[in-house]
Amino acid sequence: MEWRFNVAKQPAIELKNITKTFGKVVANKNVNLTAYRGEILSILGENGSGKTTLMNMISGIYFPDEGQIFIDEKEAHITSPKDAFKYKIGMIHQHFKLVDVFSAAENIVLGIEDGKYNLKTSMDEIKKISKQYGFDLVPEKKIYTMSVSEKQTVEIIKVLYRGADILILDEPTAVLTPQETEKLFSILRRMRDDGKCIIIITHKLHEVLSLSDRVSVLRKGEYVGTVNTAETSEAELTEMMVGKKVDLNIQRNEPKNTEDRLVVNSITCVDRVGSTVLDNVSFSAKSGEILGIAGIAGSGQRELLESIAGLQRLEYGDIFYFDPKTGKKESLRDKTPMQIRQMGVRLSFVPEDRLGMGLVGNMDIVDNMMLRSYTKGHSIFLKRKKPKDLAMKIINDLEVVTPSASTPVRRLSGGNVQKVLVGREIAASPTVLMVAYPVRGLDINSSYMIYNLLNEQKEKGVAIIFVGEDLDVLIELCDRIMVIGSGKITGVVDARSTTKEEIGLLMTKPKDDGKENNNG
Amino acid sequence: MAEKIKNTHHEPLFHIVKRDDMPQWQAWLIRIVTILVGFLLVGFLSMAITEKSLGDTYEIMFSGVFGRLFQGSTTMLWKYLQEIAILLCLALALTPAFKMKFWNCGAEGQALMGGLASIFCMIEFGEKLPYSTLIVVIAVTSILTGAIWGVIPAIFKALFNTNETLFTLMMNYIATQIIAYYVYIEGGGSNVINPVSYGNFPSVGNNDYFVNIVTVAVITVLMYIYLKYSKQGYEISVVGESQNTARYVGINVKKVIIRTMLISGALCGVTGMLLVAGKDHSINTNLVGGQGFTAILMSWLGQFNPFIMVVMTAIVVFLRLGVAKVADTSFLNSSFSEIIVGIVILMLVGCEFFIHYSIKFRHNKKEVKA
Repeated sequence: MEWRFNVAKQPAIELKNITKTFGKVVANKNVNLTAYRGEILSILGENGSGKTTLMNMISGIYFPDEGQIFIDEKEAHITSPKDAFKYKIGMIHQHFKLVDVFSAAENIVLGIEDGKYNLKTSMDEIKKISKQYGFDLVPEKKIYTMSVSEKQTVEIIKVLYRGADILILDEPTAVLTPQETEKLFSILRRMRDDGKCIIIITHKLHEVLSLSDRVSVLRKGEYVGTVNTAETSEAELTEMMVGKKVDLNIQRNEPKNTEDRLVVNSITCVDRVGSTVLDNVSFSAKSGEILGIAGIAGSGQRELLESIAGLQRLEYGDIFYFDPKTGKKESLRDKTPMQIRQMGVRLSFVPEDRLGMGLVGNMDIVDNMMLRSYTKGHSIFLKRKKPKDLAMKIINDLEVVTPSASTPVRRLSGGNVQKVLVGREIAASPTVLMVAYPVRGLDINSSYMIYNLLNEQKEKGVAIIFVGEDLDVLIELCDRIMVIGSGKITGVVDARSTTKEEIGLLMTKPKDDGKENNNG
Repeated sequence: MAEKIKNTHHEPLFHIVKRDDMPQWQAWLIRIVTILVGFLLVGFLSMAITEKSLGDTYEIMFSGVFGRLFQGSTTMLWKYLQEIAILLCLALALTPAFKMKFWNCGAEGQALMGGLASIFCMIEFGEKLPYSTLIVVIAVTSILTGAIWGVIPAIFKALFNTNETLFTLMMNYIATQIIAYYVYIEGGGSNVINPVSYGNFPSVGNNDYFVNIVTVAVITVLMYIYLKYSKQGYEISVVGESQNTARYVGINVKKVIIRTMLISGALCGVTGMLLVAGKDHSINTNLVGGQGFTAILMSWLGQFNPFIMVVMTAIVVFLRLGVAKVADTSFLNSSFSEIIVGIVILMLVGCEFFIHYSIKFRHNKKEVKA
């Protein structure tokens, strides 16, 4: 059916009836896809819809159980990434695979077995590629000194250097600022015009609409259909992706009765090797309000939340908690999580690493419910009655899909794991609720359920700190957004009046001018 | 480009797929079949080497373990239970540490030190203290020395994050040397300590090993309850699964590591006491005889569940005693028994692969309609 629109174009890669299963899980089922030279094709789908698995089969990481792959209209057997390179397929993974202590050029030529190793000629070649497509790259620069977007550039040039003309990018914008994203897109467009076939995997609708020529949608491993970007809309794509109509608006009420609940007073933290991860950070979280924290991944968000939770040692500064009942001001500095709880501070924390920190993957839902409360009471034995009731309540209220309450949580899907964790933290009726990337990896329905839960807590007067990566969501959901860059607060903006571009600029603001923050 | 590689790559012959979903009964069926195949293999191997018939081989094995049980003699049966008790007690001692992912490879040394405390008390205080006081002193000192030997690596782990595997292993050699030195002094250069008649555990109903067996049976039940129903057992599981989670919920990880190794070492000390006061009434460097290492496997094969460990140790001890008898009647040395036990344990470990993974062979591709 694609033929109607692209009669003149030559197919670069065709997938026919591709099926791949992992045990009982069907990751891809009878997928048919065609990508043409000189176009950008988006593969759109929710998390777990099989996008990455499909692309991994093209790039030789997996081998399909059934079906065929055609490249330039000839059948291809791609059994290793090396084969994929022979077919001129290059994949840029979500997680970069670079050697930190090597320079960009060394990483780019690494693994090429053509018998000659001449870094100088290689560098010339790299510079030529950079110039052709408009990359900014210093080939001599070491990887460990690079920003995330520079590393991505190295990955892209690496596959171009190997002569790839079918490029697959897995969620390339997840780690980029809006400005960097725009730059990447213009490079990709230039490559398209050069006749390359670009496939980009994504779940962000507005990117699909602004970049690609055609969109192929996957849902639960099955191929739903392909549409021309120019002829579709956000609503139509969502419906294809989710299978039903979804209201994409996040509700936001005006904050009521705000008062300072948590005041962070110029805290500084260093990591193990002694470099500063939080530098003189001050802000306040108010009751009945959602404070968003935006920033490039790894700018100190994790350390900030962990400092408040008592998991990170402070070098300087202090953290104060204002008890809503007594109005008493209490310092949380140098307190362990256990001491904070014993002080009566109702602090709930949904960490970024759900199974590695928030939950124990090999324990069942009931035992995970006990994590926060098992010490209660003087008995040396555990009481599993209450946790069991709580587990059943969360399973019912939040529609957790699980065979039973005694299933290990690692067996649950990402969305259900998060529901269990958020459910437990909210059940502790917190006065401060910190959530880090709470919808990462979640499907649209689960994401909206999490937003609704946060809004409910806000209505109850909880001070919510929301660390997010999707700026569109932050702008729609939060009341104030604080931007963090290299461990410093680079600005606090009003979420109702700000723009993505403004936040993007603050995210990459040079280190030295971030000292003033206008609490708004 | 594409032509060059045409027809050179095919779908691989088979690939291995991880599986999560095997029902418990099926997993146990695989394990039971493995054990049966193991026993058959043992029979055939013995038959091939000793040139006896298969029936005879099994008969000899049975008599090596149970003796003349059908003729009404229970002596060998009690001995069998005693051997199970010792191996099981060591496996139980290791289990809380293993559940915490603290790889205690020092059961051997911790038990030796417990045994040393026992023999020391038996020799030094045997004549001076009344019997019941002596037993209490023996028990307390053995438990304490075992615990101390276990907690030293734990303290270093907690404070300096040293590698516990190497540390506990090295502690074994120190313990062995201390025992050798003690035997040298106490034995007056003869390198043998004659059995001491003070502070021996009483025989009940003409059975010397009754106290040992009952003690371990009680420990088995207590350990099961401790791991499954106590708050401390829960903390051990959390620390073992993820130290980050433990920190996040406010568990003092260092405290748990030290406390758990105190328990692990103490139970190893108990084993040493059972061996000295309940069985040998003497000591030498070979007191534990490598069982501290076999116990590591027993704990794993029992999946850290004390009751499954009972079954696993029963099987392994049966093989050890049975095959030793086969070797004995055919003038083979004790290595034969060790080899056979090793093979069966290897099979048991190997069968876990088929429980956690499945193998998919190449199949014909579905016809594609272009």
